[in-house]
Amino acid sequence: MADIPNLRRGFRFQWEPAQQSHVLLYPEGMVKLNASAGAILAEVDGVQSIQEIIASLESKFPEAGSLSGDVEQFLADAANQHWIEWL
Amino acid sequence: MRCSDASAGPPLWLLAELTYRCPLQCPYCSNPLDYADREQELSTEQWLDVLRQGRAMGAAQLGFSGGEPLVRKDLPELIAGARELGYYTNLITSGLGLTEAKVQAFAEAGLDHIQVSFQASDPELNNAVAGSKKAFEQKLAMARAVKEAGYPMVLNFVIHRHNIHQMSDILTLCESLGADYVELATCQYYGWAFANREGLMPSRGQLETAEATVNRFRDDLRKQGHPMKVIFVTPDYYEERPKACMNGWGSLFLTVAPDGTALPCHSARLLPIEFPNVQSMSLEEIWYQSPGFNHYRGDSWMPEPCRSCDEKGKDFGGCRCQAYLLTGDADNADPVCAKSPHHDRILAARTAAEHATAGLDDLVYRNTKNSRVFFRK
Repeated sequence: MADIPNLRRGFRFQWEPAQQSHVLLYPEGMVKLNASAGAILAEVDGVQSIQEIIASLESKFPEAGSLSGDVEQFLADAANQHWIEWL
Repeated sequence: MRCSDASAGPPLWLLAELTYRCPLQCPYCSNPLDYADREQELSTEQWLDVLRQGRAMGAAQLGFSGGEPLVRKDLPELIAGARELGYYTNLITSGLGLTEAKVQAFAEAGLDHIQVSFQASDPELNNAVAGSKKAFEQKLAMARAVKEAGYPMVLNFVIHRHNIHQMSDILTLCESLGADYVELATCQYYGWAFANREGLMPSRGQLETAEATVNRFRDDLRKQGHPMKVIFVTPDYYEERPKACMNGWGSLFLTVAPDGTALPCHSARLLPIEFPNVQSMSLEEIWYQSPGFNHYRGDSWMPEPCRSCDEKGKDFGGCRCQAYLLTGDADNADPVCAKSPHHDRILAARTAAEHATAGLDDLVYRNTKNSRVFFRK
């Protein structure tokens, strides 16, 4: 089963000091990400599986409780928008 | 008196018009009519300095445009410099002058994306509009090379009455070339396109047929889960409310023209407003302090019907260039708005489009000879 998310070619994720946020850049466009979307995409490296990403975020944000629902939902939306692909 | 607006956000988008030189002669070019009289171009060092300043202010998207940016020999150096600064770099090109070796070299320099423009879906019409016999073949070859090199690819078609019947063929061509995005940009009437408006503007019937075709194609893509995205920029001449032009004056976009003139959009040069030059003022001062950039910020400049309109925060009164071109006063409401006392000028253009008979031969093509005629005026 394909469970490793990777940014689609041409998409770049980076921190923008002027906007004090992470952004996703793509051909002639930019999405300003909220803090949780930024935290999730920061883990998307084409190596970690979705389970590893969830575990990593849960250890970074222990007060947030279970994150699997949020992460799965966000990555499904991101795939739907063709920001990421499943490897 | 229009004073500086410290509440303006940073320019997130920087458009570097590297040159007005171009091998093509498209009759809807957005460059100034008198471009032939503006031959001066910033040096490599000056451009790199502009890029550094823009990035420090927060610009993240960078477009290399023109004219044809490929005619600048220092393009690889500019791309490398921009990428190093952290820009997302877009090359907006006709494909003429591009080679597989350059596509590769630009990738190595860090170029993120290439947009290739086409004029039509078949060689005959494409080459007639572009004013170049070999354009279509070259564009096809370069679109393939761009894809081969792994770039995301945008294919751009400016749509007008002479190619609007080709929507289906255009989209099929884009799909076969592996485009990631297709921009069907209906002609906007500034620069050369305004001079040629009667010969370019589609009728409402043509537009409706085209929209239906695009929507059908989009539905099919969606059903297949196909990643190709189709953006259809519909013409504001058939709207009753104006577009939120540039998301507001001096709000997100900063254009630097070949000679260093800084503009809030690539058409603003036609306005009777003095715009600053990067050679004599810092980009920060230009963006936040210069009278040119503050001229239409906020809404205190608005006359009626915009002033009391509850939609002024949504469309900012529309486009200043369009107000100027159609009413002679850039302060006026964009005549696209049905509330504008000058809306009849839009209605007259629609009527003219119903009865237009001009062929491709009747258009004024963008070339140095024709530009000098406008310069003399």
